[in-house]
Amino acid sequence: MDARRMSRAVPRVRQVGFFTPNTPVQQPRPQSAAPSSESPPLSDSPASNSLSPVMIPPPRHLSDNLGGRTAAVPVPGRENSGELPTVGSYNPSESVLWLDSPPRSRIGDEELSEGAESSLGWYRRSNSAKFASSLPSGGFNLSTVKHPESVAAVEAKNPLPGKSEAQKEQASSSKPLKAKTTKAERRALQESQRAAKAASKAEANKSGTAGGAPSSKPMKQPPLKKDGPPVASSIAASERIGVDRSVEKERKKDLPPPRKQFDDESRGGRAKRRSVLNQPEARNRVELFRHLPPHKNGTQLPYLQSKFFELQEKHPAVYKVGLQYLAGDLSGGNARCIAMLQAFQEAIRDYSTPPEKTLTRDLTSKIGGFVSFLIECRPLSMSMGNAIRFLKSRIARLPLTLSESEAKTTLCSDIERFINEKIVLADKVILRHAATKIRDGDVLLTYGSSCVVEMILLYAHELGKQFRVVVVDSHPMLEGQKLLRRLVVKGLSCIYTQLNAISYVMHEVTRVFLGASSIFSNGTVYSMVGTASVAMVAHAFRVPVLVCCEAYKFHERVQLDSICFNELGDPDAISKVPGRVDVNFLDNLTDKQKENLELLNLKYDATPSDYISVIVTDYGMIPPTSVPVIVREYRKEYLLI
Amino acid sequence: MWWRSASFILDRQQEQNTNLPPNPESLLLSSPPPSMADSLQNPKPDISAYYQTRAAHHAVVTSDWLAQAQAAVSVQTNDDVSSGSDGRVAPTCGGTGGDNKTFSVIDEFNSWRKQPDLAEAVAAIRALAAVIRASQATTMMELEIELKKASDSLKAWDATSISLTAGCDLFMRYVTRTSALEYEDFNSARYRLIERAEKFGEISYKARRIIAMLSQDFIFDGCTILVHGFSRVVLEVLKTAAQNKKHFRVFCTEGRPDRTGLRLSNELAKLDVPVKLLIDSAVAYTMDEVDMVLVGADGVVESGGIINMMGTYQIALVSHSMNKPVYVAAESYKFARLYPLDQKDMGPALRTIDFGVPIPSKVEVEKSARDYTPPQYLTLLFTDLGVLTPSVVSDELIQLYL
Repeated sequence: MDARRMSRAVPRVRQVGFFTPNTPVQQPRPQSAAPSSESPPLSDSPASNSLSPVMIPPPRHLSDNLGGRTAAVPVPGRENSGELPTVGSYNPSESVLWLDSPPRSRIGDEELSEGAESSLGWYRRSNSAKFASSLPSGGFNLSTVKHPESVAAVEAKNPLPGKSEAQKEQASSSKPLKAKTTKAERRALQESQRAAKAASKAEANKSGTAGGAPSSKPMKQPPLKKDGPPVASSIAASERIGVDRSVEKERKKDLPPPRKQFDDESRGGRAKRRSVLNQPEARNRVELFRHLPPHKNGTQLPYLQSKFFELQEKHPAVYKVGLQYLAGDLSGGNARCIAMLQAFQEAIRDYSTPPEKTLTRDLTSKIGGFVSFLIECRPLSMSMGNAIRFLKSRIARLPLTLSESEAKTTLCSDIERFINEKIVLADKVILRHAATKIRDGDVLLTYGSSCVVEMILLYAHELGKQFRVVVVDSHPMLEGQKLLRRLVVKGLSCIYTQLNAISYVMHEVTRVFLGASSIFSNGTVYSMVGTASVAMVAHAFRVPVLVCCEAYKFHERVQLDSICFNELGDPDAISKVPGRVDVNFLDNLTDKQKENLELLNLKYDATPSDYISVIVTDYGMIPPTSVPVIVREYRKEYLLI
Repeated sequence: MWWRSASFILDRQQEQNTNLPPNPESLLLSSPPPSMADSLQNPKPDISAYYQTRAAHHAVVTSDWLAQAQAAVSVQTNDDVSSGSDGRVAPTCGGTGGDNKTFSVIDEFNSWRKQPDLAEAVAAIRALAAVIRASQATTMMELEIELKKASDSLKAWDATSISLTAGCDLFMRYVTRTSALEYEDFNSARYRLIERAEKFGEISYKARRIIAMLSQDFIFDGCTILVHGFSRVVLEVLKTAAQNKKHFRVFCTEGRPDRTGLRLSNELAKLDVPVKLLIDSAVAYTMDEVDMVLVGADGVVESGGIINMMGTYQIALVSHSMNKPVYVAAESYKFARLYPLDQKDMGPALRTIDFGVPIPSKVEVEKSARDYTPPQYLTLLFTDLGVLTPSVVSDELIQLYL
């Protein structure tokens, strides 16, 4: 807990203080540590920084936060020496904040008599403790701020304990303020800011006297206390808004790029501009899943076709695969992945390096373009992500000495080998392993249509094993019927049922075979929606659950639920039953009524590893706890291929 | 067999006759169907040689028990009355093929396994070393093929012994994967293999010592330990604890039907450790006095569960429900690439059981010698690789075999 707080505290302090850009992190750290150790109430403010970006409160808090800061800063301001240089060194993000902040400082001016006390009080909350400790050292960044005199005076009145109550007041006062910040006011603020700067300079000169101040401070302003965690948290969060921009950018470099959050205004807007397809309306979507990209249905096909010639840079093969994704002609993780890789292969064959560019870089960006086009058509599965990562690493590791044609053939054969070894051969190995678990007299249950499971069933049948298959299916995809047809044609004896009947059929089942779209490091199986319920029912009946999945679909991410990452299907698909007029009860709703209706058609769900008995993969049969082991070993190999 | 599905019972009545017996070989993932299996079939395929040997080594054998066992065996296999203890007859009556080496392997193995202190895996590896010694191969490849044949026939001869299979696999892996061997001339490589095999006995003994040392931290003064069956490692652990002047007492289950628990209690009594004998069905009754359960293992499987003498699973279940830790002491050469999904998912390892009274022929007797304890009921595994949680077993196996 403590450790987390400390690290979290860094960004917050960073904003509050002003420091040179080249030492952004180190400087604030001692400060953040000092207050938390000396004054307990502080501890909740760093913690509040842990708010997720989703919870960023409305911008109005920004102003009070900053106000507090500007007002308070002056106190230490006497501290002088370090401050002047730092004033000039705000990094861009901070300077943005700075512009906004003036309302506060202005408040300080005007309302200081009543409001300032409170605002100072709040400010002290975070810094007063620091002053004592850090002042002597002279490294006090905060001191840069404006009205030293007034604030200092106020500050002085604040007794240490006054902080929290003060915050609260501050918060309440901040609201009206925020409303007031018109353009004129802002200008006023700027001016006051400038004045403050000048003042701080002056203060710097006076600094010699500073030493005595801290001791006098604590005396006055009697108990305004009581804790205001909500305020603190809102402040912390608002601080993030400004700071995180720049911080995030740095962080992004080492983290894998987060998936696009479609409810994020700024990013969504950009995405929309870039996108080839029209984004469907986001109406009638379930609140919890609004961050997922909306389903794009096949009706956009003609539109996309018409744009074919505008999208020069897309290779026709990639284009074709994209259209197939969009229309839903290609489904199943392996089929999609193979199609994508083959399209890339073709694109690489037809590729020629433009003049003044290097193959490695240009091709990587080309592939990146293709991938983003494919994402437009349908979000990528984890396995495809892994395949793309493989391809990119191959491109990056091409020796520079290779000629262009050699490089191209190497890449094509690499792709070929990936398809062969990681998908085709892996499936064969899985077949052999899984078949050892099928005995005569078994009743095997499978859900939906997984191509690996289908191969296993057919293979075991070829081996002459006597078994029976229960195919469980669910709306709206009804993929199980496809599987059922192929099995029945081959002469297997099958039972077909819907997911609703699972608890009834489970008692005579001896093995459950499931496919997976991906398996995460914590053993969570990410698969077609409904898989989790099948696995859970099987677990309750003590029936072993075998998940069959090629190792290239393993992913090092950890996922606990099916909310963060998922895919939305066509909402209309679940509200209508094609060809059945008698059950289309939702057809004639008025627009007004439809506003009350949210349709959720999720495509995937996450099955916790507790419900999985074994994962059958090309490395043999492993328990779900060994997925990270395979990921670890596999990574090495995959770079070597 | 009992099927859960009602429809299958109907089906089975129709095809009663056409049903094939389940193939025990189908479980061995790492071994392709052995070509010589047919000619070298164990003469008593329904009796597990492994458990016969165990019984011979560790059981308290009384004269009436011996008589009954003989009687039981003769009832089942009329043709082979003489084989009371082990399958040494196998080579003489089993093989018709012309390959002399495979015979000598099994012979060799059986002569090694008769030594009570030698672990099964060590015996297997010694037998393979004998193959190398006797081999006339002139290249590494030839030798490898010969060894492969020998180990396949060994594995096929007793499919129920997990440590035999694991020992063979381990040695074969050493032969095929050790890169150091590739750069040497054939004779020195061969010598090195033999040396390695000879050393394996020491390694196995050393592993036991390591386990005993590691497990001392878990045995505290005043604790009560429940043990099941006879296990050399467990005995070593308890012996070391006694030597370290720890005060503890031990509850021994009787270990029916071969009464290996009696043997263990005898050994412990010699060490002046307070011992109490329980009948196998008194486990739940005494569990509230017990502080920990300590068992050995015939094999540790990929899931992290163990295969051990019949009764281990129920002890684990009882102690799990009473929140008592279950510790397993097992050497790492018992790790096997098997993944049983449930109790019936292993080749049957049968043995004779004496009930003391004649059993009507209509009454069926459960003769399985071992059960599978799933990993969720185990707390920790004491191995020579360290003290492991069950999930690490798979990690080690993947690193070893992939």
